[in-house]
Amino acid sequence: MAEPVVPEVPPASWTEKPSVVDFSYVGIDAILEQMRRKAMKQGFELNIMVVGQSGLGKSTLMNTLFKSKVSRKSVMGTGEERIPKTIEIKSVSHDIEEKGVRMKLTVIDTPGFGDQINNENCWQPIMKFINDQYEQYLQEEINIDRKKRIPDSRVHCCIYFIPPTGHSLRPLDVEFMRRLSKVVNIVPVIAKADTLTLEERDFFKKKIREDLRANGIDVYPQKEFDEDAEDRMINEKIREMIPFAVVGSDLEYQVNGRRLLGRKTKWGTIEVENIAHCEFAYLRDLLIRTHMQNIKDITSSIHYEMYRVRRLNENNTHANNVADHHLTSHEM
Amino acid sequence: MNIPLGRVYRLLSSNSLAPVKRQPQDTIPLMIPTSESKAQQKNLEGYVGFANLPNQVYRKSVKRGFEFTLMVVGESGLGKSTLINSLFLTDLYSSEYPGPSHRVKKTVQVEQSKVLVKEGGVQLLLTIVDTPGFGDAVDNSNCWQPVIDHIDSKFEDYLNSESRVNRRQMPDSRVQCCLYFIAPSGHGLKPLDIEFMKRLHEKVNIIPLIAKADTLTPEECQEFKKQIMREIQEHKIKIYEFPETDDEEENKLVKKIKDRLPLAVVGSNTIIEVDGKRVRGRQYPWGVAEVENSEHCDFTILRNMLIRTHMQDLKDVTNNVHYENYRSRKLAAVTYNGVDNNKNKSQLTKSPLAQMEEEKKEHVTKMKKMENEMEQVFEMKVKEKLQKLRDSEAELQRRHEQMKKNLEAQHKELEEKRRQHEEERNNWEAQQRLLEQQKLDSSRTLEKNKKKKIF
Repeated sequence: MAEPVVPEVPPASWTEKPSVVDFSYVGIDAILEQMRRKAMKQGFELNIMVVGQSGLGKSTLMNTLFKSKVSRKSVMGTGEERIPKTIEIKSVSHDIEEKGVRMKLTVIDTPGFGDQINNENCWQPIMKFINDQYEQYLQEEINIDRKKRIPDSRVHCCIYFIPPTGHSLRPLDVEFMRRLSKVVNIVPVIAKADTLTLEERDFFKKKIREDLRANGIDVYPQKEFDEDAEDRMINEKIREMIPFAVVGSDLEYQVNGRRLLGRKTKWGTIEVENIAHCEFAYLRDLLIRTHMQNIKDITSSIHYEMYRVRRLNENNTHANNVADHHLTSHEM
Repeated sequence: MNIPLGRVYRLLSSNSLAPVKRQPQDTIPLMIPTSESKAQQKNLEGYVGFANLPNQVYRKSVKRGFEFTLMVVGESGLGKSTLINSLFLTDLYSSEYPGPSHRVKKTVQVEQSKVLVKEGGVQLLLTIVDTPGFGDAVDNSNCWQPVIDHIDSKFEDYLNSESRVNRRQMPDSRVQCCLYFIAPSGHGLKPLDIEFMKRLHEKVNIIPLIAKADTLTPEECQEFKKQIMREIQEHKIKIYEFPETDDEEENKLVKKIKDRLPLAVVGSNTIIEVDGKRVRGRQYPWGVAEVENSEHCDFTILRNMLIRTHMQDLKDVTNNVHYENYRSRKLAAVTYNGVDNNKNKSQLTKSPLAQMEEEKKEHVTKMKKMENEMEQVFEMKVKEKLQKLRDSEAELQRRHEQMKKNLEAQHKELEEKRRQHEEERNNWEAQQRLLEQQKLDSSRTLEKNKKKKIF
C-alpha cells in the first residue's frame, strides 16, 4: 500500500518536547505539518469525467466511489431515461467532507456518447470541452491581475467504461482512447463486470492490454511519467491490473451479519468491496487514496503545459507584429 | 416428438370426430361421421384401421427429417454463439471452428452454418445464420442492409424453385426465425435496435431476447422488460406472436411465455457441479448462475418454445405470412411492368423459357430504340454542319461584294483627282498662254512706240 501524500498523524516527536535540547534537530520536517494545515483549510478540488455508452453503470459507480449520491441522475432526478440525440456534457458539483478535509468534487457526465447509429466524431464535443477548460485556466493565468487561487475546472481524470463483451476493444473504444489519451489521463474500466467469470475476465483484460499496446494508447499511469524506481514498481503493479473490472451498487444488503454494498441475485450476492468478487476496491484506492495528487499533478504539469505551449505558439505566430510583452514574460 | 402428430390430431378433431386419444392400434371403438357430416357417433362393427393414420404421417416425417433455419443478430460479445451451443447441446462453434466473434470483422457479413442434429431417431437439419460485425463499427447506418438482402435472396430462391417446372426437390432455406439480442443496459432499447426491428418485422419472425441476463438483478430485469415492451409497442414493432389455441393447458403456457417477453437468457457451455448435480452454468466467486433453472433465467422457456412446441408454428407463419407478402409484392412489381392483361395472367405461371424470350424481346426493342436515337443524332449533326457551311459561304460572298465596292470607290476617287489635275493643268496652260500673249503684245507696243519716237 502506498503511503498517502500527507501523513495523517504528525510524528510523535512533535507533540512531546524532548527534555534535553537536541542540537541536531532543526525542524525542517515541520513544514509537512504546515502544508497539511494549509491543505485542510483550502480543501481539494477534483474533476472526474465519466464516458461510456448509456446503461453501463456510470452513475452508479460514481455514487459507489464517493459513498453518496453525487451522480447527475441523483441530482436531477431520474424521470424519463431518454437517450439524447447528440452528446451533451453535464457537470454536477458537490462539496464533501471527511475527517476535516474538504473536497469539491465535480462529476462530468456525457450522456449520448456512443448511443447513436452513426457515432462518427462523437469524441469531438468531449475534446472541445476539455480544451475549453484548459483555455479558461490559461486565460486566468495570463491575466495581469490574477486571482490568488485560480478555480481549477480542468478535467483531472477521465474514466472510460468498456462494455463487457468479453472479446476485445471495439473500434469506437480504440478511436476515443487514442485521441483522448493525449489530452487527459484516461483510466479504462470494465463496466458491469459481474457478467464475466474469472477466466473470461482474465482473457478479456489480456486482450484489452494487447489492443491498447498495439494502438499506442497510453493510459494512466503512463510509463513515461514514472519518476523513480519506487514509483515504477508501484505503477507496474497497477499496470498489470488495468483495466479494472468493476461493479457498482448503491444498495446495501446484509451479508454474514454485516451490511455491505452489493447486488443481490438469485444465485448469490455480489459484494462490491470484496476483492475476490470485483476490483472496485483497487479502483477506489487508485483514484482517491493513493494516486489522486499524482493525477492532478500530471494534469497540471504535463497535459495543461502541452496545451499552453501549443496555444502560445499559435498566438505568437499570429500576432508577430504586436509585441506580446506580458506573454513572453510569463513564458519564463 | 409431438410436432407432426399434434397437427394431424387437430385436423381430425375439426372434422367433427370426437377427440381421439392417441392409443395403440388395437383398441376400439372409433367414431365415424355419417355420409352427410352429421355428427352421429356410431360404433364400428370391427376394426378398420385408419387410427393408424397419424402414425403413418409420423413415420414419414421422421424418415424425411426436419429443416429449420434460425438467424441470430446482435452486437458482438452478447453471447450468441454460446447460446446456440447451449440450445442445441452441440458445439457448433468450438475452438477448432471459432465463432464469428473471435474473428474481427470490418463490415457486416452474413454467414451460414449447417448442422445435423439427431435425437430419438428424428433428425433435424439446422441452419444457423450468423451476422458478425453487426453494430460493431463506429458508423452503423445501414448495417441491417446485408441482413435484409440475405432474407430476400432466400425468399427469391424459394420462389424460383416453386415456379420451376420440375419441383422434385424444394430445399427450404428461408429464414424462419430471427433471435435479436438486446444488450442488458437496463435502460431501454438503443436506436439501432429500434431501426433494425422496424425494418425486419415484416420479413421474418423476430423474437427479442435480453442477452447476458446474469448482469441484471430480478428487479432490474422486470423493469427492463417492461420498458422494452413499452418501447416496442410505441414504435409499432410486430414481434412474433404466440398463437392462441383451443386447449386450456396450452393457453396457460402461452400466457406464461407472453408475460415474460422479452426472454432474458443466459448461455453456457461448461458443466458445473452444484449440490451433487451436474448442471450447465456459469461459475462466479459469489455463486453459480444455472442456465436451466427457470428462476435464474428464461432459457428453458426459450428452448421449449423454440424447439418443443412452436417450431412448426414458426415455419407456418414464415410460409403463410412473410413469404406470401414477399411473393405478392415481387410478382405485383413484375406484372406492373407487363404489357397487357392477358399476358399478365400467363406471366404468373411463366416458365424460365418464357422469361428468357421476354428478356430477349426486351433487349431487341432496347437495341432498336438505341439505333433510332443514334440515327436522329446523326441527322441533326449533319444538318448543323450544312448550315454552318452555308453560313460561311454567305459570309464570304458578302466580303467579296464589299471589297468590290471599296475598289470602285477608290477608282472613282482617282478619276476625280485626275480630272481635277487636268483642269488645273489646262488652267495653268491657259494662263501661260495669256502671259505669253501679253508679253508679245507689250513688246509689240514698245516697238511701235519706239518707231513713233524716231519719226
